[in-house]
Amino acid sequence: MKLITAIIQPDKLDEVREALIAKQIGRVTVSRVSGRGQSIEEQIYRGQDVGLDLISKIRIDIACDEKMVEVICETIMKAARHEDGKIGDGKIFVTPLDECIRIRTGERGMRAL
Amino acid sequence: MSEVVQRAPANSAVARGKSRPTLTKEEDMRRFLKGSALTLLCAFGVLWAKSAGAQAAAAAPVSDTGITAWMLTSTALVLLMVPGLALFYGGLVRAKNVLSSMMHSFAAMALIGVLWAVCGYSLSFGPGILGGWIGWDPKLFCLLGIDEKIMSAGTPEYVFAMFQGKFAIITPALIAGAFAERIKFKTYCVFIVLWSILVYSPLCHWVWAADGFLFKLGAKGAIDFAGGTVVHISSGVSALVLALFIGRRRGYPKTAMHPNNLTMTLLGAGLLWVGWFGFNAGSAVNSNLDSARALTVTQVAAAAGAIMWMLLEAFHHKKATSLGMGSGILAGLVAITPAAGVVKVPGALALGCIASIICYLAIQIKAKVGYDDSLDVFGVHGVGGITGALCLTFFIRETWWADAAKAAGGSWTVGQQFAVQATAVGCTILYAAVVTLILAFILDKTLGLRASVKDEVTGLDQSMHGEQGYGMLNLN
Repeated sequence: MKLITAIIQPDKLDEVREALIAKQIGRVTVSRVSGRGQSIEEQIYRGQDVGLDLISKIRIDIACDEKMVEVICETIMKAARHEDGKIGDGKIFVTPLDECIRIRTGERGMRAL
Repeated sequence: MSEVVQRAPANSAVARGKSRPTLTKEEDMRRFLKGSALTLLCAFGVLWAKSAGAQAAAAAPVSDTGITAWMLTSTALVLLMVPGLALFYGGLVRAKNVLSSMMHSFAAMALIGVLWAVCGYSLSFGPGILGGWIGWDPKLFCLLGIDEKIMSAGTPEYVFAMFQGKFAIITPALIAGAFAERIKFKTYCVFIVLWSILVYSPLCHWVWAADGFLFKLGAKGAIDFAGGTVVHISSGVSALVLALFIGRRRGYPKTAMHPNNLTMTLLGAGLLWVGWFGFNAGSAVNSNLDSARALTVTQVAAAAGAIMWMLLEAFHHKKATSLGMGSGILAGLVAITPAAGVVKVPGALALGCIASIICYLAIQIKAKVGYDDSLDVFGVHGVGGITGALCLTFFIRETWWADAAKAAGGSWTVGQQFAVQATAVGCTILYAAVVTLILAFILDKTLGLRASVKDEVTGLDQSMHGEQGYGMLNLN
């Protein structure tokens, strides 16, 4: 089992969700996060451009079977990219997942995914 | 009345359309009679002296402090409705569009605020030109000609002009709910200016100017006390046309688009209710029985509308929602707007309830048809306005009928007045729809009406204004 964590731009959330649903992947956890990579975002404050220290991003977490990792990463990558790719489009982290437990039934492992 | 008409069209509009003429000398006298004997004696002396002086000055109207004070208050109350509307609409959209939606209301305050003083007032309340299509009086340009003018209604004309200006501000701001979350800000600004000149001013002239053709229709004119046709039907119908023209929001109706902050929406509905007292009771352009009647029925209709909407939801969904409460308040207020001068309390109760039922049904139908009038401008203002303007015929007070029969020279029936109301409603719908469609078409070809997909998905707050409404939700 793997845990896929993607950090993407907020405006790409809808497209990523739609692309994942088209691949039958509906089970996701989405959260608003703030963070900083290479990109710079400016807002206007009383006539002055102000760079933000931390930029709003969306974090998507998906726990999945190892076989699905490539498909999911590929889908997210395609959908979250702005045109040919821009600074700030985000990152995907894949980490091993030791255990998964469904709270309702107590099922463990793959069956609980 | 003829004496008033001769003065200036603006005056006569007030005198007949939105009010009665000012205190007559008899009324003045009656007031004094109520005083003590000593005051009485003094009063007679004063009156005598006053009338002699007045004759010398060709009976120049005098500013009445009571009327002026109430009209100033009403003007401020109606302006308060605009930030109220900003909160109402701002709460209903998604978090990424909250500022852009509120900016639509504020842009109207700024743009129409200037436009109205420069030429809007003249276009609406000047004497009819171009066959009565619109008004114009060069003396009213930049309100220069009214600098010293006191109207026969007993208030400086500045107050009347500013009071009317607030209606001109809120009307285009209402339309913004139909294309919320997907319109280009620049195009919106140009649109409301053109719409105000080409749709609002002509309609305002037809219905409220003394020489407007709907004002003169039938025995006592089409009844539109405070703007059912001019404000609500015109904005509602234009909203429907634009919602259809601009198309649905990306993802609608498959993706759920939840309100970001209903607490704001409720506060907005509350402010609208408060402001509506100025809107309706101020439309009497007086501080007397007429304004008292208007205020009473406004209160009753809003409350009745709210109760009816809650009941409908309770039966339909087992729960009464806060948004339903807000919608019911608005439906009741919209429906009573044209009727506030002619119905009594039972009529107001009925209009509030009927409006809630019909608006509720209209919104259910919208969901089935699938067009995206995002914040239900047509469903509440258009449908509620039409309901109010037509149904009020059945609840008019008897004294009005007696006056109408006298004016018509014998009899005047419910059927005849209903036909007059239907004509006014029909003209408004047709005119607003056609001109809005032409405007939308031209603006779409030149400036572009709809925001790009990228801007829409990002949210208009960031893409149009470079800001976030809710910075506090994310650390930055």
